[in-house]
Amino acid sequence: MIPAPFDYYAPTSLAEALTLLQRHGDDAKILAGGHSLLPAMKLRLASPSVLIDINKVDELRGIKVNGTVEIGAMTTWSAIEHHAALAKACPAMADAVGLIGDIQVRNRGTIGGSLAHADPAADMPAVVLAVDAQIHVEGPNGPRAIAAADFFTDMLSTALEPGEIITSITFNSHGAGEGSAYAKFPHPASRYAIVGAAAYVKLENGQVTACRVAITGAGPKAERQPAVEQALIGTDGSADAVAAAAAHAGEGMDMLGDIHASEEYRRAMCKVYAKRALLKAIERAR
Amino acid sequence: MTATEMKERLVGRALKRREDPKLITGHGNYLDDIKLPGMLHIALVRSPHAHAKIVSIDASKALAMPGVVAVFTGKDMLDINPMPAAWQAAGVKNYPVPPRALAVDKVALVGDPVAMVVAENRYIARDAADAVEVEYEPLPAVVDARKAVEPGAPQIHEAAPNNIVFEWECGNKAAADAAIASAEVVVKEEIINQRLIPTPMETRGSIARYDATTGEWTVWMTSQAPHVHRLLLTAFVFGVPETKLRCIAPNVGGGFGQKIFCYNDMAFTMWAARKLGRPVKFVEDRSENYKYSTHGRDHITEAELAGTRDGKITGLRVKTWANIGAYFSTVAAGIPTTLYGRIITGVYKIPAAYVHVTGAYTNTAMVDAYRGAGRPEASYLIERMVDRFAAEIGMDPAEVRRKNYIQPEDFPYDNGLGLLPYDSGNYEPALNKALEIAGYAEFRKQQAELRKQGRYLGIGISSYVEICGIAPSAWMGGQGWGAGLWESANVRVHLTGKVVVTTGSLPHGQGLETTFAQIVADELGVPYEDVEVQWGDTQGTPFGYGTYGSRSLAVGGVAIKRSVDKIKEKARKLAAHLLEANEADIVFENGRAYVKGSPDKGKTIGELAAAAAVAYNLPPGMEPFLDETSYYDPPNCTFPFGTHVCIVEVDPETGHVKLLRYIAVDDCGNQINPLIVEGQIHGGIAQGLAQALYEGAVYNEDGQLLTGTLMDYAVPTAAMVPHIETDHTVTPSPVNPLGVKGAGEAGTIASAQCVMNAIIDALAPFGVKHLQMPATPERIWRAIHGK
Ligand SMILES: Cc1cc2nc3c(=O)[nH]c(=O)nc-3n(C[C@H](O)[C@H](O)[C@H](O)COP(=O)(O)OP(=O)(O)OC[C@H]3O[C@@H](n4cnc5c(N)ncnc54)[C@H](O)[C@@H]3O)c2cc1C
Repeated sequence: MIPAPFDYYAPTSLAEALTLLQRHGDDAKILAGGHSLLPAMKLRLASPSVLIDINKVDELRGIKVNGTVEIGAMTTWSAIEHHAALAKACPAMADAVGLIGDIQVRNRGTIGGSLAHADPAADMPAVVLAVDAQIHVEGPNGPRAIAAADFFTDMLSTALEPGEIITSITFNSHGAGEGSAYAKFPHPASRYAIVGAAAYVKLENGQVTACRVAITGAGPKAERQPAVEQALIGTDGSADAVAAAAAHAGEGMDMLGDIHASEEYRRAMCKVYAKRALLKAIERAR
Repeated sequence: MTATEMKERLVGRALKRREDPKLITGHGNYLDDIKLPGMLHIALVRSPHAHAKIVSIDASKALAMPGVVAVFTGKDMLDINPMPAAWQAAGVKNYPVPPRALAVDKVALVGDPVAMVVAENRYIARDAADAVEVEYEPLPAVVDARKAVEPGAPQIHEAAPNNIVFEWECGNKAAADAAIASAEVVVKEEIINQRLIPTPMETRGSIARYDATTGEWTVWMTSQAPHVHRLLLTAFVFGVPETKLRCIAPNVGGGFGQKIFCYNDMAFTMWAARKLGRPVKFVEDRSENYKYSTHGRDHITEAELAGTRDGKITGLRVKTWANIGAYFSTVAAGIPTTLYGRIITGVYKIPAAYVHVTGAYTNTAMVDAYRGAGRPEASYLIERMVDRFAAEIGMDPAEVRRKNYIQPEDFPYDNGLGLLPYDSGNYEPALNKALEIAGYAEFRKQQAELRKQGRYLGIGISSYVEICGIAPSAWMGGQGWGAGLWESANVRVHLTGKVVVTTGSLPHGQGLETTFAQIVADELGVPYEDVEVQWGDTQGTPFGYGTYGSRSLAVGGVAIKRSVDKIKEKARKLAAHLLEANEADIVFENGRAYVKGSPDKGKTIGELAAAAAVAYNLPPGMEPFLDETSYYDPPNCTFPFGTHVCIVEVDPETGHVKLLRYIAVDDCGNQINPLIVEGQIHGGIAQGLAQALYEGAVYNEDGQLLTGTLMDYAVPTAAMVPHIETDHTVTPSPVNPLGVKGAGEAGTIASAQCVMNAIIDALAPFGVKHLQMPATPERIWRAIHGK
């Protein structure tokens, strides 16, 4: 519970943070909400010698909602949770955020920190995959955008390059006929996802014309579920059609197994939670 | 107020706890808040292996680090004795191997401390602990109590052949065998009461200061029993006069049993403080608490219950393997014997019962008392078996209970298992009340209806009786307890009329400060605000046994009442003298002594206290001051009881359980403060339903604790605990003058099986007869889907 010694910086601008990050290289870690990084340091699973705290970088904070949604990397879960326009623009995000940890965790944890950390059981990775978000980063070579689909590369690994900081996340607001939802089987202790399913659907003339489903918690990283999506597109989105499509959830995924949920059980729960998320998303789209 | 006008009684009123404002606004003074000048800090080097020989320890790198004062190993401390094994199983041979201050030559669990670093601050100590190099020779480990006593199992201690701590029995084996052999119906089940981690909000620790000029220590400790710790540490561990140690328990942030025991840190902080001549502090972090401080429960049981087709229970035979962990913790053997076996038949009249318990060492954390201590294991067992029996004969579980309850006229009731007689009870009204609140008959109809729609609701009943007010000394002595078990109280009325109460109890969340003040204010007739309650420091309080076993009201509270009675007696004598009346004519009422028949001629307790304190005019032979001490050793324990009912719905697709309703009807005798009783019941239920649904300490085969953090071990949050509907019946205890029984553990003792019975009832359509705890969604899903 006592971390190894480290130096601490608290820059007030993104430029300053980037400079510090470049100067200290691999020894440095960005500190956002600290709800993943600090426990790891206290257990001495991580021992960075420099912490760059970006909580004072105001330009990284905030939510804008119009045709697109833009969320600053340092926006906390509770800011997202209490944003009414965002909940309308993307119900799946509101569902997911309301289920993260507890109030204290939601007051500290940030969306940028969660995506950068890429915990296999985090909720947000599934949501950004389902809404096909862009993750905006800035680094030594300037800004770039990474599609959510390309962002999560493996357990706790992302497409972030050394020296890069996530600045914001953007995606399209839902329009007419679009709906999304997130359904979660929480871990009884941590509240992280044992299985979490995010679903987005578009209905046109009573037919599913677009669908994206992503599952987190079950495998080493959050993954889209192409077999489910393909099975649903072109159907009427009825309960039967959803059940048939959701039966493909988890296909081709490496399942995790632990004392809280075995591989076999997680696989079964992928189907149940994909179904529940889809049913809700369709109900909202109608 | 005239003499005859009654002051409003406080006993029975739901006063808010007077201790709370300080504690909940962060103004408590806990162990880790204490900082002494020149204080050093300890970090331990702990074994990563569950079982290994220590080949070598090299501290040279650590000693070279700036700020490191010393590194000590177990071999440095061979001049002190191991921790005492204070409660051994009665009437049989025990093989106690308690822990030493630090491990010597070998380690027996992950987290066993092999060396300690003492440094200028906690950070340096922690870094230096990482730099101590220890070479181990790993040995095979065993974590399961039943496997540990099988031939060929790894042997943990030379002094305990086959890892057996004790083999103990109670009841009548021949009668139980015969009842089972000749029964119309026998149900048999393997019942596992899983290991739990108590998880007080505050972890444990000690701070020791040594004065070389006097040879005296002061030790601040997270303790439920500082007097007992003083006795054990001086007389047994250090072999020094008891007077050389002062123990202080500051505010204690929860205990649930874990802080009853005498731990190695108390000894190694004392040893190091003496060696180094500076105060030293050790405070566990949560991971250390989980690995090394005591756990609870961990029984494997084979149970058989015999009965007739018409629902009469005729016999019970129980064989239990109780996991004691790697070493013998202070009262470890008493829990799965006296406090478990002797109450195994619960609220039922079972003519033939027999219990056999094997205590076993394993390469796991020590197991000792945890809220309920033995009684939750017993209630769980009998209440599961009764439901199992009811299902087998196709009878309503409420009906089976009614048929077998001990009846009001049976009290005092001897259950034939070597327990003292149950003091008083009336079990059926509590059951009826709980069922009525639940709408039992209506629920059964609704349940059948919903099942047709594919919804699975279940109702669970748990009737319990438990043992509170753990005492009479002579009886406990016969149970293997190594000391007395009364409680003390001193009450003084100062010159100003203010009342100071010192108690040997050790409140650590029970609200005793409030409860005790209510009793004293009523009995003495003084304002509640004028009563101060003190505890926790061996200097200034009479020897007392501390708070555990739901004993602080039924034993500690009664000691206070007896001291107040003595004060009143003396005050009456003094009043007679001052009023020039006959002592027999003095009435003491509402804080005032007056002459019978002339209420205007009197003296208030404040006036009498002042007269006694200045001592200008006392009757011949009377000593000054109103100051009385009592040591109360009750004639019996008390036996609270009740019935809890809960309603759940199971999601057949995922196995999730939703607690729809939880109803608790408890009878703890007279209630001094119903708000506090309710709070205790709530907290107890939260812990019991957590056992049913969430908690479980899991070790892998190698003895690594897989639930080593709060991210893995599921202590429920408020959101996971349902609204609890409480009600009560009142059957006063005839044992003590307050008629009280105790409420600290009842909620835990009643609730795990209540939830499990409801879940298993919900799963009846799937042919499920029993499930082990915790009933995780996966377990339930497997039971439903036959996987
Ligand atoms: C008790 C508890 C329960 C939780 N429950 C849940 C849950 O149910 N669901 C869930 O999804 N999460 C859960 N979390 C995680 C929490 O939601 C945090 O969001 C998450 O820990 C990471 O966010 P953070 O802001 O705390 O990041 P930090 O811990 O500060 O950082 C995490 C990592 O990301 C890096 N980083 C942070 N910000 C950036 C950035 N802008 N650019 C680049 N790198 C960056 C850091 O260097 C570090 O490596 C829980 C955490 C706790 C402690």
